Amino acid sequence: MKTHLAAFSVNGALALIAALTLFPLFWMFSASLMPAGTSSVYPPPLWPTHPTLENYHELFSHAGMGRRFLNSLGIASAATLLSLLFNVSAGYAFAKLKFAGSQSIQKILVGALVIPAQVAMLPLFLILKTIGLVNTLPGVLVPWLAGVFSIFLVRQHVATVPDELLEAARLEGAGEAAIYLRVVLPMLRPILVTLAVFTFLGAWNDFLWPLIVLNEGKLYTLPVALASLSREHVQDSELMMAGAVLTVLPVLLLFLLLQRYYLRGMMTGAVKG
Amino acid sequence: MTAAARAGLILAFPALSVIALFFFVPVIIALALSLTDFDIYALADIHNLRFTGLRNYVELLKTPLFWSALGNTLYFTSVGVPLSIGASLGTALLLHSRLARFRGFFRTALFAPVVTTLVAVAVIWRYLLHTRYGLINYGLAHLGIAPIDWLGNPHFAMPSIIMFTVWKNFGYNMVIFLAALQSIPEELYEASGLDGAGWWLQFRHITLPMLGPTLLLVSILTIAGFFQLFAEPYVMTQGGPAQSTVSVLYFMYEQGFKWWNLGTASAVAFVLFLMMFTVTALQMGVARRLAIP
Repeated sequence: MKTHLAAFSVNGALALIAALTLFPLFWMFSASLMPAGTSSVYPPPLWPTHPTLENYHELFSHAGMGRRFLNSLGIASAATLLSLLFNVSAGYAFAKLKFAGSQSIQKILVGALVIPAQVAMLPLFLILKTIGLVNTLPGVLVPWLAGVFSIFLVRQHVATVPDELLEAARLEGAGEAAIYLRVVLPMLRPILVTLAVFTFLGAWNDFLWPLIVLNEGKLYTLPVALASLSREHVQDSELMMAGAVLTVLPVLLLFLLLQRYYLRGMMTGAVKG
Repeated sequence: MTAAARAGLILAFPALSVIALFFFVPVIIALALSLTDFDIYALADIHNLRFTGLRNYVELLKTPLFWSALGNTLYFTSVGVPLSIGASLGTALLLHSRLARFRGFFRTALFAPVVTTLVAVAVIWRYLLHTRYGLINYGLAHLGIAPIDWLGNPHFAMPSIIMFTVWKNFGYNMVIFLAALQSIPEELYEASGLDGAGWWLQFRHITLPMLGPTLLLVSILTIAGFFQLFAEPYVMTQGGPAQSTVSVLYFMYEQGFKWWNLGTASAVAFVLFLMMFTVTALQMGVARRLAIP
């Protein structure tokens, strides 16, 4: 009897907290399907009496969000590819290919982790202005090219590849390029997916840097466009909710599909510390 | 040089040069900028730039809005971090309970806000917090609580942002706590003779001490994250009402990119860095005193 009561309270509490947590997302979907002006009444409706897709239509036809969706998609994809290219090779080099100074460089990089990215943002803006990358999509990509955290995430996983395996390949006459591409990379597949998901979500959700570097509406990413839209269209809650769905849905789906990889990345990053 | 060392240098070089060029160089320039009067005139013509020593820092200390930004950020952090970590630990304990069912589903549901886009969910919450049509006030009305002007009242704006931030972030630390809880060996509870001792005694004498290192790490990372408050006030309140939600980073953004006072803004960035560094060092010091590895 006592365990029944305890089980009931534990699961009841979980169900209640989950319902409260998911409610704002549920309301976002629901309100995005309401005809314009019908969500701002009292009592506030929970779901649309006459569901419609007109907000989504408005979003693409008049608010120009289709273009912004492509901007976000392009930036997040390019950031993912480039950061894989840069960080994975550096992570492998630091783990297995000792070169002069590699130890001290790693110490400097770890030290750099305490400096918040915002310190670099103001001069970075000036540098990009000088080389003509302000108000361009490549300018948004710059901070995503290489990252200390990603390099160490990879390094930690490469460390689990046995040295004997690499030595055996060398004895068989394999070159360093072949070892990296044919022996090491295939073994790293899970961590590559983890890194890709992290970078894609990070670049897609990023706000401050694109807000700083972009000043032309048609180049905006979805979060920047949504923030500026929400300042102009405060009254159009249904339209704004459709915009929020367009922004949130892709990353939410990506997370649900690749959840295992995402959580694994968090664990190695955090628990081993 | 061996072939392996040469390969290492070639593979590490691209990432290292990018980090040097786009991170280390800017950080050094930022330090230099903070010692100049770089403003919109210097932006137009670099010859208008003058070295001013520590004047930006001294001026900041005399700026009331900077002090309120500092105060607001400390308020947000000191209330928000304990609430956020408490929510994470509480939900992690519930999920870890042997009695819990559908764990996978609940974990995913509670984690979902973490991966959503901050700007988009902040917009949702702005409507949920609406004084007349918001569902939060509608729900409170059922409990007999009169409508609250959440984002329009200087006393409620920051608590609203804290509430939103806890909702958005607690899932992250929850997952970390859950992993740490799962790594506590079951035998510990049995061997300690506390297995019949009731939940609270077990929690106090086994679970909490075993979570020590995780708690330290989580609090360092969470405080650093909370110090960087920006998008929430930008989207939900625009720093208002009565500047009650202007954070340090919001102040830096306005100084830098609204008024183009890049010298002042760089000084703000360094003050923020110094604050984060000091708090982290303090936490490490306290942890060492308590002998947490």
